Amino acid sequence: MAEIQLENDKINLGKAPEGYEGPGFFATTLEKAVGMARANSIWPLPFATSCCGIEFMATMASHYDLGRFGSERLSFSPRQSDLLMVMGTISKKMGPILRQIYEQMAEPKWVLSMGACASSGGIFDTYSVLQGIDRIIPVDVYIPGCPPRPEQVLDGIMQIQKLVENESLRRRDSAEYKALQARYGLV
Amino acid sequence: MSETTWIAGIEEQLKGKLNLDATALDLNADIPTLTLKRDNVIAAIALLKDSGFNFLTDLTGIHYPQLKGSELGVIYHLHDMVKNHRLRLKVFVSISDPTVPTLTELFPGANWMERETFDFFGIHFKGHPNLKRILNMDEMNYHPMRKEYQLEDGQREDKDNSMFGR
Repeated sequence: MAEIQLENDKINLGKAPEGYEGPGFFATTLEKAVGMARANSIWPLPFATSCCGIEFMATMASHYDLGRFGSERLSFSPRQSDLLMVMGTISKKMGPILRQIYEQMAEPKWVLSMGACASSGGIFDTYSVLQGIDRIIPVDVYIPGCPPRPEQVLDGIMQIQKLVENESLRRRDSAEYKALQARYGLV
Repeated sequence: MSETTWIAGIEEQLKGKLNLDATALDLNADIPTLTLKRDNVIAAIALLKDSGFNFLTDLTGIHYPQLKGSELGVIYHLHDMVKNHRLRLKVFVSISDPTVPTLTELFPGANWMERETFDFFGIHFKGHPNLKRILNMDEMNYHPMRKEYQLEDGQREDKDNSMFGR
């Protein structure tokens, strides 16, 4: 596939997906086009509970700027978001609420677990803290750290982007995905 | 020295009206501390509120398993904002009868603080409008801050040994 040659070679353009190119048109598969569109416009739901939430605020701010990756618009409504970012300690009392938020999101949805507390309970090995959100909802990417630096958060988002870009359009109807949902008790 | 004069005044007031024990007052702690019995604690706090201590800074519980007969305690912190005087009140009850009268009529802010004390220590506040767990899950059947448990909680099913190298 052809890359545009410019006189000023210092510009980096994103890679176009594989396809057939001709004068005035570019043909590729629907999956690749949709994947590219979805990956570059992920709207996250920042489910920020603790310190990781503050670190996420730093990531959203201008220095590290998550908006560069298409996540300019955050929504606190699960019905209007693609990516559930769980950032912070989830106590057992908060568990059912997190689960309800996850269930309210429309497909396709992805879950990012940021920080040690969301991934495994973190340093809070105690009676009141849920030892990892993957006990109640399926997680796509884990970002370890306490808290992870903004660069690590951006790396996690880029991994989500890779997942989103390469996801098959039929994945959410597949038997494997349904089995995953059943394992968590989600219909 | 002004510290002892104002607290002496308080002590006089309380002794006169409520028959306090002479050993109830402790001036060696960081703030003057009064140890009361559960029968006269509400009356004492009402008296103190009228004489200027109208801010309840904190209400919490404590468990001393070695003090047989008075293991559980409720600690009140009062503050007189005009004169900047702080006072601590302690009430101890036996763990077999952990009942203390509620402070919610005098201080509405005590409502949630008493719920927290109930949640973590199991101290029952008689007369409380809504005494139920506030921070822990409602289904929990024990009171976590009591010092009766092993360091490693035997009731937990979700301990993940692979995570913590046990």
